[in-house]
Amino acid sequence: MTDAAIETATRPKLAVWKFASCDGCQLSLLNCEDELLSIAEAVHIAYFPEATRAVVEGPYELSLVEGSITTPEDVRRIHEIRAQSGTLVTIGACATAGGIQALRNWADVEEYRSIVYAHPEYLSTLDTSTPIASHVDVDYELRGCPVDKGQLVEVLAAFLGGRKPRIPTYSVCVECKLKGNVCVPIASGQPCLGPVTQAGCGALCPSYGRGCYGCFGPQDSANTDSLTRQLTELGMNSDDIVRVYRTFNAGAPEFSAASEAVAVASSTVPAGGES
Amino acid sequence: MDDIRILTPTDLGTLIVELRTSGFRVMGPTRRGDAIVTAQIRSVSDLPQGVGDTQEPAEYRLHDRDDGAYFGFAAPAQSTKPVFFPAEEVVWRGRRDHERGGHFTVERDTVDAAPIALLGVRSCDLRAVQIHDQVLSARHFRDAHYTARRDGTVVIAVACSHPAATCFCASLGTGPRPAAIDPQTGQPSYDLLLTEVIDDAGHRFVAEIGTDAGRELADAVEAAKGTETDRAKAIEITDAAAARQTRAIDRDNVHGVLKASAESTRWEDVASRCLACTNCTMVCPTCFCTTVSDVSDLAGESAERHRVWDSCFSADFSYIHGGPTRESTTARYRQWITHKLSSWQDQFGMLGCVGCGRCIAWCPAGIDITEEAAALGRMSVLGSPASAAMT
Repeated sequence: MTDAAIETATRPKLAVWKFASCDGCQLSLLNCEDELLSIAEAVHIAYFPEATRAVVEGPYELSLVEGSITTPEDVRRIHEIRAQSGTLVTIGACATAGGIQALRNWADVEEYRSIVYAHPEYLSTLDTSTPIASHVDVDYELRGCPVDKGQLVEVLAAFLGGRKPRIPTYSVCVECKLKGNVCVPIASGQPCLGPVTQAGCGALCPSYGRGCYGCFGPQDSANTDSLTRQLTELGMNSDDIVRVYRTFNAGAPEFSAASEAVAVASSTVPAGGES
Repeated sequence: MDDIRILTPTDLGTLIVELRTSGFRVMGPTRRGDAIVTAQIRSVSDLPQGVGDTQEPAEYRLHDRDDGAYFGFAAPAQSTKPVFFPAEEVVWRGRRDHERGGHFTVERDTVDAAPIALLGVRSCDLRAVQIHDQVLSARHFRDAHYTARRDGTVVIAVACSHPAATCFCASLGTGPRPAAIDPQTGQPSYDLLLTEVIDDAGHRFVAEIGTDAGRELADAVEAAKGTETDRAKAIEITDAAAARQTRAIDRDNVHGVLKASAESTRWEDVASRCLACTNCTMVCPTCFCTTVSDVSDLAGESAERHRVWDSCFSADFSYIHGGPTRESTTARYRQWITHKLSSWQDQFGMLGCVGCGRCIAWCPAGIDITEEAAALGRMSVLGSPASAAMT
């Protein structure tokens, strides 16, 4: 082997996989402009169809998995990928919570399949959109819609250094306060999911005077019952509250339960009606 | 020091120029969007003239005032805490040194910044600085960066004339008029104390001299001589401000109440409302907890250790081998309020609360520390049955 070939062989092999998703998280990796060359020097990018047609056979030391499981074929393929991967990291709201497509979990898939597609019989799909961890063991879940590129680089640096990634699981409120942002719901009355949402985006929306949309999923101690009361106080009706919990992380257990609690409470028939 | 001066609004502008010319970085209240914040003041026009505020649990609103007051508002969104104790700072940097066999060379970060002039700091926040001085600078191991930033600070305090509905400094004895002497150190609390007076006789600031440096500043702006009548007017304003406060903490008993409330059923009640979002601790002018986190680059060539504000409301805060010691929000809220209103006294000889009310206004769930303390007091008197052991 040449020196270059030996050098390539000693770097850990990285694979990037896609399931049901918009590719935005993979693009976050390509958007690491300043760090991209360092990443390419630190790992051997062996499988990454979004970036290159060249394919190097597995097994892979590190797999990054984007997207959720929505078809029987997905189920088969994720087990194959797990078997070929040393460390498996899921990236983004689809892979960690089922994504926006997890709205199907509350819908009748048969019904809209027949409405949307001319030949629904060609489709092979599941009734649900589920995170990767519902099917195989996952070593680390990186949140976000899309993932934050700084956090993605941190996860790669931590993998290479054999240490734990520095990814906080506290609320977006911490990021607002560290940045010196003025609290949006308190100073302007706009609803905000920040108190129940995990940090990581750098409090992007509140930094521009908008409430948080919950792109990074529930924080480690989310109290959605209390936030629901606060959203109601700020003037949101039940339908709107259900919708804010059912976006990119609709399938995250805490947000899913919160939306169902609001939906059930608002559909409860007053005393004297059906029991 | 019985030396009263009178500053006009023009003199206030001259005072800012004088401080800046003397090399101070002037930090004071300014309007940023929907709130008044503490930031650098470059001229008198940076002050929020004609802006007032209303503060309620989970609500903060600004409104226009028609009297042109420069300090017609209560506690700004953030105190002066980040001025001396920034939210994130580098403690040291390390670089791999290939000439020394790949060992790391460590550079300590040093603070080399202009001295600070705190302009318009309120009594509550000034007391919080004094508390931080004890916690961070007066013990065996001093915080080097904090101590360096505090060196040579000039304090132009403003007696509070417009407390919000969330304020309760009067009940804690921490305002609205600041004590002339820091009770812990015996040193003067301020160089100058201004009280803004707007009446038929005009718009002016009654200035009380706290130090020789304060007198020199008053001389530099050629402030007119005042009288005891002016001082009486200033005291009248802060007495009225104290009388308007509706919230209170029972200063004499709260330490004992918290000690007796470890098993209170109130904790489950408050935890059902608490979002564990950390806002109360982030806006608290005395909360000082931090964590350190290390960052390294992809190649492992350089690393930095950062010190970042942390909060006892996050799960990671009490994480040790095996898990967090305070897993539930119940345990975290109990820890926070007990430290503020009780164990802080045992630790540092004073309460850790100054009555600024920020934790009430900026809590998205509107949890009120005075109401929680009062409820715990009522329940401990009633002898409530002990709740199950909390984890």
